[in-house]
Amino acid sequence: MYLRKLAIASTLAVMASSSAYACQISARVSVVGNEFPAIQTVGKEAQACSGAEVSTNLTADHQKINVAGMSGNPAEYTSAIIANSSIVALMNNDVIRPLDDLVAKHGKDLQKNQLITINGKVMAVAFMANAQHLVYREDVLKKVGIEPPKTYEDMLAAAKKIRSSGMMQNPVGGAYKAGWNLAQEFNNMFLGYDGSHFKNGSAQPNVNSDAGVKALEMMKALSAYMNPDFLTHDSNATNAEFRAGNVAIMNMWGSRAATLVDADGVSDEVKNGMNIAGPMTVGGGSTPASTLWWDGWTVAKNVSDAEAEATFIAMMNGIDPSIIKDEDIRKQAVWLIEGYTPTDAARGVFAAAQANTIPYPMLPYMGLMHTALGAELSDFMQGKESAEQALADVEAAYIAAAKEKGFL
Amino acid sequence: MKHSTFFWFFLPTGLAMLLFIAFPLVSVVLQSVHTPHEAVLVEVENCGPFGCKKVTTIDQDATRELRNSEPLGKFVGLDIYFDRGHLAITEVKTAWITSESWSGFFNKLGNLPFYRAIAFTLTFTFTVTPILIILGLTIALGVNALSERVKGLVIFVSLLPMIVTPLIGSLILFWMIDSRGILGTAIQWLAADPDLSLKASTGLTWLMLIIYGVWHSAPFAFVVFYAGLQTLPMDQIESARIDGASRWEQVRYVIVPHLMPLIMFVALIQLMDNFRVFEPIVGFNAEAHAQSLSWIIFNDLGGETRQLSAAATSSMLTIFGVAILLSPVLWRTWQDFKGKS
Repeated sequence: MYLRKLAIASTLAVMASSSAYACQISARVSVVGNEFPAIQTVGKEAQACSGAEVSTNLTADHQKINVAGMSGNPAEYTSAIIANSSIVALMNNDVIRPLDDLVAKHGKDLQKNQLITINGKVMAVAFMANAQHLVYREDVLKKVGIEPPKTYEDMLAAAKKIRSSGMMQNPVGGAYKAGWNLAQEFNNMFLGYDGSHFKNGSAQPNVNSDAGVKALEMMKALSAYMNPDFLTHDSNATNAEFRAGNVAIMNMWGSRAATLVDADGVSDEVKNGMNIAGPMTVGGGSTPASTLWWDGWTVAKNVSDAEAEATFIAMMNGIDPSIIKDEDIRKQAVWLIEGYTPTDAARGVFAAAQANTIPYPMLPYMGLMHTALGAELSDFMQGKESAEQALADVEAAYIAAAKEKGFL
Repeated sequence: MKHSTFFWFFLPTGLAMLLFIAFPLVSVVLQSVHTPHEAVLVEVENCGPFGCKKVTTIDQDATRELRNSEPLGKFVGLDIYFDRGHLAITEVKTAWITSESWSGFFNKLGNLPFYRAIAFTLTFTFTVTPILIILGLTIALGVNALSERVKGLVIFVSLLPMIVTPLIGSLILFWMIDSRGILGTAIQWLAADPDLSLKASTGLTWLMLIIYGVWHSAPFAFVVFYAGLQTLPMDQIESARIDGASRWEQVRYVIVPHLMPLIMFVALIQLMDNFRVFEPIVGFNAEAHAQSLSWIIFNDLGGETRQLSAAATSSMLTIFGVAILLSPVLWRTWQDFKGKS
């Protein structure tokens, strides 16, 4: 243990000093973003720049503060780390700048697929891919004699077997917390049933459909094998359940699965038994019930050109190809950085990409739909109303919000 | 006081009130009757790690032009007040026409976010406020009767719940009542039901929030009442005792009437406070079971949506709600004032 810590500390020290030489900036840099291991790494590497202050605010509440923090002039945050869902809010409010000139000047090392181009202009630089996929306990599945599930129907059957074997009471894990998480699980399942959120190219909702009802019914069936508190469990709480050995199969983010069992106090049984696989399909469909994501960074519009340039340089340093030479960092994510070779932990996300998982829809009104789903589906999950009623409520709530925002 | 003296005396306060109370209110009112302009949508090609795709996006230049010509947005009058997210006039009308019984009507009403929030908010306000006043008074009377030596320590301990930040306090309790937490397990053992979960049941979640609300606010009532007890007229108590009044009768006929202005004060403050209940809902992750107006405002402002007009309208409705709640008390104060002059 001591040796390992020493090794990590010295690698970090070497890395910090080596990048400090490389990165010189002359204006303020301030970053806001989500907090999971890969983003924390990028933030830390960006802070290795010298010459001016680089501050980071990495929090799970980043979506609540990034638009407000970038709307002022000058903006508080010079960069927001976002994903394909949250960039839409920044685009809708026109608070990020095109990066073409900065890419030409400082971004020669970037690969083509890292550049997020919207209407011909580079608006963000992606550094990692993400998807939800299966995480399971190999040892538990072996004991009941079941292969890792490939479909949600298999998952239900496995859950039933594990429960009746008496090993675990609630073997299924799921981030079903009312709000964003619950809506995301619905999105996964809905796309798995070939649903589409909006009527052809318009902002008219289309979730109250056969696919919507089936998706909800599958979620309800799964929730019978979950901890009864599932409506309060986000992915952190779900992971805690897995670490504690209470959960054997779950749909989990690739970005969290890699370091899932690295925490203190996880039993060897869980550590050795954990394994990952690609996302599951549902209802006999071929599209995985999951969504593809990228995470990337942007540069604020309402800052001086000097600050924008400093931000670009610092963030480029944050995703410098040298960072993935460290084995611990390499396995934190599916990096879109040059020279990255997939680790074992990346299998799930790669499988998701290969199976033609649908990227999360980047539409200006998708956020409103997501919020409406998060607010209205919990009544159904508690058995207070029918699936049709819940979906009708979602559409009504969405329409009210979309009318207000000028989309309908 | 001379009018000019009063004017100069009041000016700084008046200015501060104008700046910090009146202007924000005007801004909220304005915001609630305007919505963003209609978004000009265009089809563009997006490229990224997963290939290129035609998608809809907002035409920023065209939208900016609209915004610059009318920076406040589109005037919509009371449309937002009446939409489904707020008073839901049409939905309530349909529910009224289509339901055959009162319970059917209320069921449909409970499906609308505003009425669902009001139901919880009012239940919370009208259970927490009386209970915490009674509890606060009981603690105050108890502490007042203690010997001087232990008083300081007991006062400090009873104040603790109020010192704890509401969000932290509710988070601590949230983990304790988890079905694997110390209180959650204890309750399961007491009820002899291993599947019992406080967080999975709406009724128990409400109960838990109410208990938390009382726990958190009782110290405030206690401190106020304790201070009031120090001004108790001893001669009245003594004469009551000589007349043979029991301890209960002393409390009922001497102490409570003496503290009445303070009870009104605590009731007023706590009605307002409890009506805008918010932190416990976030701390207890209770939004699936209980929502309040403040929580709706928070939710509207958060995430990728930022519905400013909806949030402003909910704020206005909260202000109206507080005004209605306080009107009996304010009316009484006004009557008292008129009676005196």
